[in-house]
Amino acid sequence: MSAQSLLPWMLMVPLSWATLMVLLAQQRDAITRVVNVVGALVLVGLSVALYAGVAQEGLAVHALGGWSAPLGIALRADGLAATLVVLTAVVSSACGLYAMTSERAARTNGKSAPRYFWPLFWLLITALNGIWLAGDLFNLYVGLELLGLSAVGLVALGGSEASLSSALRYLMAALLGSLAYLLGVALMYAAYGTLALPELAELITREPMTQLAIALMTVGLCLKTALFPLHGWLPPAHGVALTPVSAMLSALVVKGSFYILFRLWFEVAPDVVTPLAAQGLGILGAGAVLWGGWQALRESSLKMLVAHSTVAQLGYLFIFFPLAVGTGATAAALATQGMLLHVVAHALAKSAMFLASGTLIASVGRGGVADLAGVGRHMPMSLFAFGLAGVSLMGLPPSGGFNAKWLLLQSALASGQWFWLLVLLGGGLLTAGYVFRVFRESFLESPDDAGQFTKTPRAYDLFALTLAAMSVALGLASRAPLRFMTNGLAVMAGVQ
Amino acid sequence: MNTFATGSGWWLPLAVLGSSLVPALVIMLLSEQRQRTRTALNLSAALIKLSLVAYMTWSVARGNSYELRFGMLPGVDFVLRADAMAMLFAGLSAVLWLFTTIYAIGYLEGSPNRSRFFGFFSLCVASTMGIALAGNLVTFLVFYELLTLSTYPLVVHRGTPKALKAGRTYLRYTIGGGAVLLTGVALLSMIAGDVSFADTGALVNLIAQDSALLRVAFWLLIAGLGVKAALVPLHGWLPVAMVAPAPVSALLHAVAVVKAGAFGIVRVVYNVYGVETAQLLGLLFPLAVLASTTIVWGSMRALFQTEIKKRLAYSTVSQVSYIALGIALFGPWGTIGGLAHLLHQGLMKITLFFCAGNYAETLGIHDIDELDGAGRRMPATSVAFTIGAFGMIGVPPLAGFVSKWYLGLGALEAGMPWVLGVLVLSSLLNAAYFLPIVHRLWFRPQAGPWPDERSFGKHETSRWLLMPAVATAVFTVGAGVLANLPYSPLRWAMLVSVRVYTQ
Repeated sequence: MSAQSLLPWMLMVPLSWATLMVLLAQQRDAITRVVNVVGALVLVGLSVALYAGVAQEGLAVHALGGWSAPLGIALRADGLAATLVVLTAVVSSACGLYAMTSERAARTNGKSAPRYFWPLFWLLITALNGIWLAGDLFNLYVGLELLGLSAVGLVALGGSEASLSSALRYLMAALLGSLAYLLGVALMYAAYGTLALPELAELITREPMTQLAIALMTVGLCLKTALFPLHGWLPPAHGVALTPVSAMLSALVVKGSFYILFRLWFEVAPDVVTPLAAQGLGILGAGAVLWGGWQALRESSLKMLVAHSTVAQLGYLFIFFPLAVGTGATAAALATQGMLLHVVAHALAKSAMFLASGTLIASVGRGGVADLAGVGRHMPMSLFAFGLAGVSLMGLPPSGGFNAKWLLLQSALASGQWFWLLVLLGGGLLTAGYVFRVFRESFLESPDDAGQFTKTPRAYDLFALTLAAMSVALGLASRAPLRFMTNGLAVMAGVQ
Repeated sequence: MNTFATGSGWWLPLAVLGSSLVPALVIMLLSEQRQRTRTALNLSAALIKLSLVAYMTWSVARGNSYELRFGMLPGVDFVLRADAMAMLFAGLSAVLWLFTTIYAIGYLEGSPNRSRFFGFFSLCVASTMGIALAGNLVTFLVFYELLTLSTYPLVVHRGTPKALKAGRTYLRYTIGGGAVLLTGVALLSMIAGDVSFADTGALVNLIAQDSALLRVAFWLLIAGLGVKAALVPLHGWLPVAMVAPAPVSALLHAVAVVKAGAFGIVRVVYNVYGVETAQLLGLLFPLAVLASTTIVWGSMRALFQTEIKKRLAYSTVSQVSYIALGIALFGPWGTIGGLAHLLHQGLMKITLFFCAGNYAETLGIHDIDELDGAGRRMPATSVAFTIGAFGMIGVPPLAGFVSKWYLGLGALEAGMPWVLGVLVLSSLLNAAYFLPIVHRLWFRPQAGPWPDERSFGKHETSRWLLMPAVATAVFTVGAGVLANLPYSPLRWAMLVSVRVYTQ
């Protein structure tokens, strides 16, 4: 099958599985489990096939129902979109398998697993793929809305009062964000009569109405990406959700809105956005790096610590803007490569870290960082996975996180913006601070700790380790994936 | 340009790395009880590595070099390369690692968390080998940071609040140093692109236009490396990290961490900047002053320590800077002295730490004033300690004398006679803090019962602990007496020093 004909399946498959899961809600566990595993395999297989297809044939476009743009809606996959589709399949499969293992463990203890998890899980994947592959602003809106709603639903599944109130806060933020974005989309449609990305890119001109539209969409997307100081909703939502949900939220969901922002700024309206606005985003990003890192340093609950870390790591993504807007072609290209690599490396490392944290908490029975004392002797593999993920988040080599930071540093030097260099380095030191704080507690040997740790399924560690190892391995071989991801991007035009 | 034996030998550097990486992963997965398997794995990995390194050293001496290179990220290659300088450090590590492994197996008998310990121990060897074989600055940085990460669990191994506090200090220094080093490497990459190590340096063409930035980058690099090399005032972590188990201290001081810093300085001066370029930029004189200050300061502080390991730690601060000093002395003699000392200091210091560990494990002795009469109770250990101490002072014909002799020649050649004063002063201080220990060992009667004595039958201590100490002491004598044989540390240093000067 060619890449083009694969495109609709990237949405159809997860959507069908979501429906199947609603129908199978009353069935025996064994059946749902088999269906889910098959679904994960199909999803990964199709995604890899799409990646290979795009690698071979280049940009793939599919007009749904045979109606081509601007009348119909089109799905598009370039290298970046195909990479994110694979990333989504891999991370969500690992999280899904983790969730299955934990459901099974819960059942053997006589507890019931939350209903509706699986339909929402598959809807989330549908929404993500919808965003990566969307060819126009409205489709992006639909994806964004679906993503927000399924994510809120998944957070609410935590069941406790805290998870409900976090989910409500999350819902408010998501709706506000979508609303601002939709307003911007409406303005664009009024001005240009089309929402298809390639057509818009050709028509768009620098005028106040367009700038207002872009500004509205940017604010909405920043709220959804939890950019400091609009990040308040993120730590509670990511911190109280079920472990595999937290992992997917931090790894993939926040990247969805950021991806739209990137497409908007650099593919649709590169001549409309101003260096001043980019500097503004960068400063907020720097604020996120420092504030998120500081909060993580002081946080007493392990999962909240990891959630604050997400706020900080998202900040790096925004430092990309001042490095890429209004600078030379080389600096912009380096910054783009660094930012994209960071998206991938952070997705792998952060999902691994959440899964490992969940395992540690399951073993200790409490969620505090200080409760980890002595866990080092009992859970070496979970801690090792946590550490590997930490290496990438700290930006230490060898890891995808290091390579991303290196490229951003080179871009800062090439564009003569020393300030960002300091932020990048300072963020790394803060990250080291909170990652090693966890180790300091875990390595503490207390004399009478025998028996107070619960045994956890070994499969837990396997999933976390796989994801963490991938984030480290990315550090040794970034060149090929980067070349593929940046292929055809407008911002790279100056150097390729 | 060098000719690379690519195609046929690219896998050799990789195999050297793999010979510790693979055991590291296997050991971490082993259960705590599988002691025999673990020991067998540890020892066979160390032996395999030693033979691979021996073969490569032999081959490099005949003019070959091995290279493995692949694209790591845009504009940067990952390069492993076995050249003469690399083998200098790789050889030292491979030899000393075998002995430290043996020692650690004996030392940790019956203690908890051994899988974790030996797993990270092997990872640490792998990092050191990577540092030795790195063929450009970024690859060097990769392994330099990996070393920080793999030594942390070893430093905090005991899991006591004191150990964890020491680990925190250790991280503050090393992670901070790593960030500074990263800045330096990034800056240099911006100026000069992906800098591969070359015999006479790679930056000579850039002096004209970028000299100011080159100087900034140099001092950033030295500051980053100086943390691990324990240059004053960046040495604070080293005495604190003494809380780690004895084999770890031996490793930090003789082979891995401080040597990684010192070797990094060697690489930056000779193979990145080129010693002649560094001299032209006026970088060597300040480096010599910095090294001399560290030498004297470390020795002064060592005088006032009452704990054996603390005194040895400050002695390391002082002795490692002989290497930096030798590098800063422009001219082949200084180079020979500095590089030979990289090896000699390793042999001597590891002997001293093994012995300190033996006193602690056998008799429960930690403080210097408890050592009275220990020579009669533990003669072999005490002979080894005495050899190490005399070597450090620089008594002929031991290894330390050879280093100091060439450093002295180098000082005269470089036109810095004041360095001779530093050498003399430092040797006097060395004598002042080592001789009292030796005196207590042999010439004072035992004051009372030993603090915490363990019996090992007719042997003075466990054979696993004694054998490595004696072996490295023998090497210390050999490196001095047989300094003129092929493949001696001195001869290898000479081989390298011929290659780093163009005239």
